[in-house]
Amino acid sequence: MHTANPGRRCGWLAVTLVLAFGLLLAPALLAQETADRETATAVVGVTPDTWRLVRSGEVDANFRDSRADSNYNLVNASGEGWRQWRNRWVSPFGLIAIGGMALMIALFYLLVGRKTLDEPRTGRLLLRWSVLTRALHWSVATLFILLALSGLNLLYGKFVFRPLFGDAIWGAMISASKVAHNYLGPLFGILLVVLLLKLLRHNLPSREDLTWFKKGGGLIGKGHVEAGFANGGEKVWYWLLATAGVAVILSGFVLDFPNFGQGRDTMQWANLIHALGALGLTAVALGHIYIGTLGTEGSFEGMKSGYVDESWAKEHHSLWYEEVKESAETPPAPAQSSPPEDGTLPQRPT
Amino acid sequence: MAQMKFMCDAERCIECNGCVTACKNANETEWGIQRRRVVTLDDGLPEEVSISVACMHCDDAPCMAVCPTDCFYRTEDGIVLHDKDLCIGCGYCLYACPFGAPQFPQQGAFGERGKMDKCTFCAGGPADSPEEEYAKYGANRIAEGKLPLCAEMCSTKALLAGDAQTVADIFRQRVVQRGHPDGAWSDNPRASVDDLAYDATRQG
Repeated sequence: MHTANPGRRCGWLAVTLVLAFGLLLAPALLAQETADRETATAVVGVTPDTWRLVRSGEVDANFRDSRADSNYNLVNASGEGWRQWRNRWVSPFGLIAIGGMALMIALFYLLVGRKTLDEPRTGRLLLRWSVLTRALHWSVATLFILLALSGLNLLYGKFVFRPLFGDAIWGAMISASKVAHNYLGPLFGILLVVLLLKLLRHNLPSREDLTWFKKGGGLIGKGHVEAGFANGGEKVWYWLLATAGVAVILSGFVLDFPNFGQGRDTMQWANLIHALGALGLTAVALGHIYIGTLGTEGSFEGMKSGYVDESWAKEHHSLWYEEVKESAETPPAPAQSSPPEDGTLPQRPT
Repeated sequence: MAQMKFMCDAERCIECNGCVTACKNANETEWGIQRRRVVTLDDGLPEEVSISVACMHCDDAPCMAVCPTDCFYRTEDGIVLHDKDLCIGCGYCLYACPFGAPQFPQQGAFGERGKMDKCTFCAGGPADSPEEEYAKYGANRIAEGKLPLCAEMCSTKALLAGDAQTVADIFRQRVVQRGHPDGAWSDNPRASVDDLAYDATRQG
């Protein structure tokens, strides 16, 4: 017994060792074999160059997409950039521009107040805006306000109205905003261009505009600054609309009609231009609305009836007044009668 | 809670479009809508590679961040879904999405977009009844305890769907099998030709 034990032990030990060794080695050998086979048979790996191409967003002749009518690349890397620009820069810019303008106007009104006529009205009226111009102005103005409100809702509404009204009302609201924005937009664009063309001759830059700007439109120093039919400020508003406004219209068309094959990158740019331009114009429009209504006595009635008082013309547009003062007319006792059609009605300057 | 993710192993995808068909069949999406697509790079060249793409259910989803109606939400499984009753078809999600996932049925005139449709990870969407849910969003296999049909039917198991951790474990195992003994963290013998996954944080 005593002599047999070590032998038996050795035998068991050998078996155990072999088994253990085998168990330990076999998977490693197998794995090595599998790995070699995989490496030998696998397709050439995806190279860094391939991924670089993907990241660049470029699509070469050997790019295939199984989706019907798909013109997309694999990874739209510019989307994140657009998101950051829109959410981090454009959105706050709009709030600051529009909110800041509203605040400045409120402060100006409280501190300086309404600009009243220095001289009493003479009662003699001058034709300033023709029926066509007024119709165009009010159409464009109404559309502008509707587009601004729906546009602001598209950008900021979800932070205010969804928590306020709940999904049902918010859904209807935002849907109406989008439909209104998309269908009224082109109409606004066309009418604004017509209005701009109609008013172009009044808004060509002239030498007296420089003096007007130097005196801050009359805010700096005493007395009124000379001005023709349109003063420097009005011309700035005109040219803002003729540049930024036209950019907003064009980018709007790009966004509104996605059926011309324009890509996502194009629409990202169009969206940024559209939003920046429209928010900026909305801010400036607040100033235009203030000056045209509350801010200046006699301005609103000009765009309402077409006629302005002689004193208003003399004070605000002295050069224009000199041109047209001969045509001032005294309306019949109950005003608002239509002007006679025998050629004696006041002529607009040419 | 699980964090549901798709992963397509580009070295296994054989461009059979089975996932595309499975998706279309499971969700019965309308004409023109194809939630999943297979992209082939360098088609016909030795380095040809294919990858199946749909909504990747991002943790920080750009669509969600830019949506004007705030119609997106993330389920507790990390699946990004949207409410078609709120969608207005503005297309912003499409501008922002890295993967071209949002699609719009063309119903109106002037190219006006219909309500956005995208992969739901086969998790349906908000609706009052299962019938309405199926009609609007397609199948809700997640509610039945099943994974998305595209991945379930992938013939080479290139397309994986499921909890991110499980998917990552499977892929790591494959990478080791392919000859990267330590899961490719170092000493990659094929480093010169093989990038295992696209690393968006690495520039250039």
